[in-house]
Amino acid sequence: MYITVKYFGQIAEITQQDEESLEFSGHLISELLELLYSKYSSLKTKDFQIAQNQELVTIETELTGAELALLPPFAGG
Amino acid sequence: MTNKKPKSVFKQGAISSEFIGESIAKHQTKTSIGAHNIFLGQVRADIIDNKTVSAIEYTAYEDMANVKFHEIREAAFEKFELTCMHIYHSLGMVKAGEICLFVFVSSPRRKVVFKALEYIVEAIKADVPVFGKELFEDDTHQWKVNN
Repeated sequence: MYITVKYFGQIAEITQQDEESLEFSGHLISELLELLYSKYSSLKTKDFQIAQNQELVTIETELTGAELALLPPFAGG
Repeated sequence: MTNKKPKSVFKQGAISSEFIGESIAKHQTKTSIGAHNIFLGQVRADIIDNKTVSAIEYTAYEDMANVKFHEIREAAFEKFELTCMHIYHSLGMVKAGEICLFVFVSSPRRKVVFKALEYIVEAIKADVPVFGKELFEDDTHQWKVNN
């Protein structure tokens, strides 16, 4: 399936883009993360949370095909 | 006040004192209100490694952020006896000394607005995906983290 991944803040600085569509055959978010780490090695050193369909999820969560987002630490206010 | 669809909380650039003043004035027709409380977040000219922050550039995961702001709003109305509540957050460039967050709560009684405002501001800082790029005067930057 195709997964749309959105990047923000310092994560977007590493990926050099705000979003991309990836073809992916795995089932878990952790598996997709491995793919992203192989593509962008410096992501490994960064602190971020993951949202699927705008809700924070753990890496053991099943991919649903909905929009994913990699969110660095929040700085609102 | 419940079951409203999320509306956008974001404003481009700094929040002006005129806008804040007008927001206060608009509430004079609501005579059940006995107390307002306001939080204004202002960009601080922090000095980090001898470099001074001149501005913060805000970005957000806007769709998720607006849903989170809506959830915070609903929870605040559930917890506290509020007449009104408004939240505005900046996107884009806000210079040091300018306002980037405006939270405004109103209630018949004062004790409620003190508690409600703290609850709302802390929830915004913890739960809303907004990102801040601190720009230094020499054109370098670092990423801000809430603590």
